[in-house]
Amino acid sequence: MSNVTTASTKEAKWWNGGKSPFDVEYGKVMMWYFLMSDAFTFGAFLIAYGTVRFSTNGWPNPNEVFKSYPFAGEGTNAPLVFVSIMTFILIVSSVTMVLAVHAGKMMDKKGVVRNMIWTIIGGIAFLSCQAWEWNHLHHEGAWWGMNPFINSDGTASTTNFTNFFFTITGFHGFHVLSGVVINIIMLIMTLTNQFEKRGHYLMIEKAGLYWHFVDLVWVFVFTCFYLL
Amino acid sequence: MSENTHDHHDVIAEIKKVTIILSVLTIIELILGFWMIGITSEGMRLAIKGTIVILMLAKAFYIVAYFMHLKHELKNLIMTIVVPLALFIWFITAFLSDGNSFRNLRNTYDPHFKEQATIKVEAKEEVAHATDAKESKSDAKEGKSEAKESKSEATETKKD
Repeated sequence: MSNVTTASTKEAKWWNGGKSPFDVEYGKVMMWYFLMSDAFTFGAFLIAYGTVRFSTNGWPNPNEVFKSYPFAGEGTNAPLVFVSIMTFILIVSSVTMVLAVHAGKMMDKKGVVRNMIWTIIGGIAFLSCQAWEWNHLHHEGAWWGMNPFINSDGTASTTNFTNFFFTITGFHGFHVLSGVVINIIMLIMTLTNQFEKRGHYLMIEKAGLYWHFVDLVWVFVFTCFYLL
Repeated sequence: MSENTHDHHDVIAEIKKVTIILSVLTIIELILGFWMIGITSEGMRLAIKGTIVILMLAKAFYIVAYFMHLKHELKNLIMTIVVPLALFIWFITAFLSDGNSFRNLRNTYDPHFKEQATIKVEAKEEVAHATDAKESKSDAKEGKSEAKESKSEATETKKD
């Protein structure tokens, strides 16, 4: 009996107390829990969108709705072009965030500052793109409760399309905005040597988790609204 | 610290690898999206959409596993995060099939709902929508929409 217990304690000694069974810092575990709950919020939004779309006979064709880009003429027909730029901006800003987290682990303050600045620029660029797109769609007559677009089969569309689009991209855009604010705070804290004094850059890792989550959500939002 | 410098090149190499994978997956998704524009066959469109969803999940995996570092965490943490997310399998199955069933029921028992799906409207025009109709504009539009109705009837007969 005692043999068995010693054998199993070797396997499961993470749960025997004295140390964190996750072997990560408390704040990081809490960030993961928060992100999990946020994933369910976004999941609920996207599943509601899917359910309504499945229960409707027609739906507007995204390639006919999202077909313009800034400084383009009236009759431009360039589906997917602008949104692919937005997607790449967010992927690149996610990469610079990983580099910032890595620089933080190496205690390389300069690297953290440089990569955080790039990440913030990426976030602001994404928000500007989204602001332009919302403005453009609003000028075309789309808003909550207003849908100027018709279904792909030529029948009249309901306002569900615009309602879900503005709610979900708006909710995501608000997350990007919070992420940019968090990143700016992290940058200021790095510049004022707060992490140097603490001896670790764990806060950058937590901000990084949030920023990657924002990118992750965009992968789903982008696919659900622009591609499917 | 020396351990960190030892890992340095491995970490950078991993970041580069994942960046390339994510970019390639996105480009494939976009190519499929462009390709789908010209395709009218329902089955083919569904197959492409399925592929896009699989690519989307692959991208999600790479972001969570490598960028969010979850793959290199302890199994305890991985399971704590991933297992609850399995609920999504049930959510998606249940809700989407519910939506589908609701559409079928309405198409069977609600003649108005079914009729709406057959009436064509003119593109790029201010169309009187279900919600718009409540607004004060609807009075001004009445004459217009009457004309449109007769037009749509004409197209309907053509279609038949």
